[in-house]
Amino acid sequence: MNSKQKKNLIRILVTTLLLVLLHFLPVHGVLRFVLYMIPYLIIGYDILIKAGKGLVNRQPFDECLLMSIATIGAIALAIYRSGDYVEAIAVMLFYQVGEWFQSYAVGKSRKNIADLMDIAPDYANLQTEDGSLEEVDPDDVAIGSIIVVKPGEKIPIDGVVVEGQSALNTSALTGESLPLDVFEGSEVISGSINLSGLLKIQTTKEFGESTVSRVLELIEDASSRKSKSENFITKFARVYTPIVVYSAIALMLLPPLVLLLLGRDPHWGDWIYRSLTFLIISCPCALVISIPLSFFAGLGAASRHGVLVKGSNYMETLSQTRTIVFDKTGTLTRGTFRVTAVHPEEISEEELLHIASHVERFSNHPIGVSLRSAYPNEQDDCRVEDVKEILGQGISARVNGKTVHVGNSKLMETVGAKWRPCHHVGTTIHIAIEGTYAGHVVISDTLKPHSKQAIAELKRHGVRKTIMLTGDTKPVAESVGRELGIDEVRSELLPQNKVEEVEKLLAERTNPKDCLAFVGDGINDAPVLSRSDIGIAMGAMGSDAAIEAADVVLMDDDPWKLIVAIQISKKCLRIVKENIYFAIGIKLLVLLLGAFGIANMWAAIFSDVGVCVLAVLNAIRCMHMNFHLPQKEENT
Amino acid sequence: MKKTYKIDVDCANCAAKMEDAAKNTAGVADASVNFMTLKMKVEFEDNADVDAVMADVLKNCKKVESDCEIFL
Repeated sequence: MNSKQKKNLIRILVTTLLLVLLHFLPVHGVLRFVLYMIPYLIIGYDILIKAGKGLVNRQPFDECLLMSIATIGAIALAIYRSGDYVEAIAVMLFYQVGEWFQSYAVGKSRKNIADLMDIAPDYANLQTEDGSLEEVDPDDVAIGSIIVVKPGEKIPIDGVVVEGQSALNTSALTGESLPLDVFEGSEVISGSINLSGLLKIQTTKEFGESTVSRVLELIEDASSRKSKSENFITKFARVYTPIVVYSAIALMLLPPLVLLLLGRDPHWGDWIYRSLTFLIISCPCALVISIPLSFFAGLGAASRHGVLVKGSNYMETLSQTRTIVFDKTGTLTRGTFRVTAVHPEEISEEELLHIASHVERFSNHPIGVSLRSAYPNEQDDCRVEDVKEILGQGISARVNGKTVHVGNSKLMETVGAKWRPCHHVGTTIHIAIEGTYAGHVVISDTLKPHSKQAIAELKRHGVRKTIMLTGDTKPVAESVGRELGIDEVRSELLPQNKVEEVEKLLAERTNPKDCLAFVGDGINDAPVLSRSDIGIAMGAMGSDAAIEAADVVLMDDDPWKLIVAIQISKKCLRIVKENIYFAIGIKLLVLLLGAFGIANMWAAIFSDVGVCVLAVLNAIRCMHMNFHLPQKEENT
Repeated sequence: MKKTYKIDVDCANCAAKMEDAAKNTAGVADASVNFMTLKMKVEFEDNADVDAVMADVLKNCKKVESDCEIFL
């Protein structure tokens, strides 16, 4: 609670107390009027002053001015008719209560959301030339400086570890809860929290260019890119207040004049009272506040789960996604090769891998790396000599005195081994020992753990069609597509073909509201990302180009995050819609009831501040969403 | 040139009014007010005198919403 809120709370309490006291005082006439004016002025003086300023500055639709006219009108009616001043004071009182609550709730949620995004480091421990540490503003650290990050501290600037090892908590940026192990030579990103050991880091970027600064800037800018609903509400508010004010004037003048012409009692007092009710309802604040707040809360919730949405408008598009186009390598698959099948002829599977990995002992080729990682105890005491690379065919070596050839079918033919083709999709590596065929190993790109579940789950979130685009060969692409349950696979595409395919899909759609999303890993697919309705870059942590080109950035490379993003966007949009219908609905209802004299000023003030408070509370629901990862599937 | 200023304002509608007022100030190419982060982004026209323009922006904002503040 800030000092302004405290002061207003005291005013509210004092006014309430005075109203209760006055209720029991048997005073009449002028004295009664004077006494009742005390609480009115206590609760309303600032409104009256602002109304005066509004008059001077020619702002006829100023909220305070309307509120002042309504209450002064009510007081005048009270003098003339009943002597019931309570209603006018109550309207002012409830208006202030509403304003107070709104300011409190908005301030609270503003703080909550800011806490979610509290990833900005406050200082950096700079190592000076004599080896001592100095606490400095991260902005003042030059590229190439050495900074020290103690356990429990945030890494302030992107860099490379030069000394020490530790585990990092990157959840603030990626939403990933598993700690990341880092050691000498590891690249680290700012915003992650050092959990265990002391780290010395050589910075590679300036603070302003570091991940954490870029992410924060993105989030702050995001709520400035307004969605259609926000623009609608702003436009609506612009016409709503004048229309209601003019109807109030019409309501005050027309019915009594008609009655007068008909020769009946015009009931001036009643009609003036009803038109004053209109003035109270004319304030658009409930509408105007709740929509951006809902989006802001949604964007905050998304960023906490490692999903950066670059604008409220993209939140809207995301919730309307009907077609999703995926890139294959690096998006749905890991993009790294692993041994997926071992088919020996006579020896055991283990023995075959054992021999093959020995031959590849010194190889840096991706195939060699994957063979070695499939047989982790490769560095045993077997003798490996005479390693020879046979260009375009494979490698040969002497393992424990036996000549072993590892390579493609061409190599097998060269050495005269009788090889057999494999029914598995992927790259087949044949192995021959002393010129006799010993079997083969299949290496292929593997799916990410959540790809399959994510594709299946998408259908439950309104996505009608999933399409995979890839530069890979048809058999590989189709096998991956089948395994994932993708609707359509288009293979053997060059990067520019991918743009053409997306353009074709965009042209094919019948309903322009059905949005098309493209999900890629941000490498080479910037044109497609920007061409589609909404471009989603995955695993873009630290990749500037991808963050630039995409509209939504999934900070880690888990496809399941796509589901999280869509769920958040849908919930956010639902809350936005609820608030729009609810606020406009209640206001129209009270206007209607007010025109017929059924709703009084109390109802009017509820439709203004009550609705506003409820809408704000509803908007905050956006922030509290929890998502569970699917059960880990057996890695194949 | 773009600059961001911290602002203080009580209600969302008032923030929208400030945005309009800032946009209509001479020397301002575009402006946006973010009520949630309480920030005003102003894009100035070329060769505009930033300080003078911002003084005008503040004056115009005060006109539509007397209770607002821009921290220059």
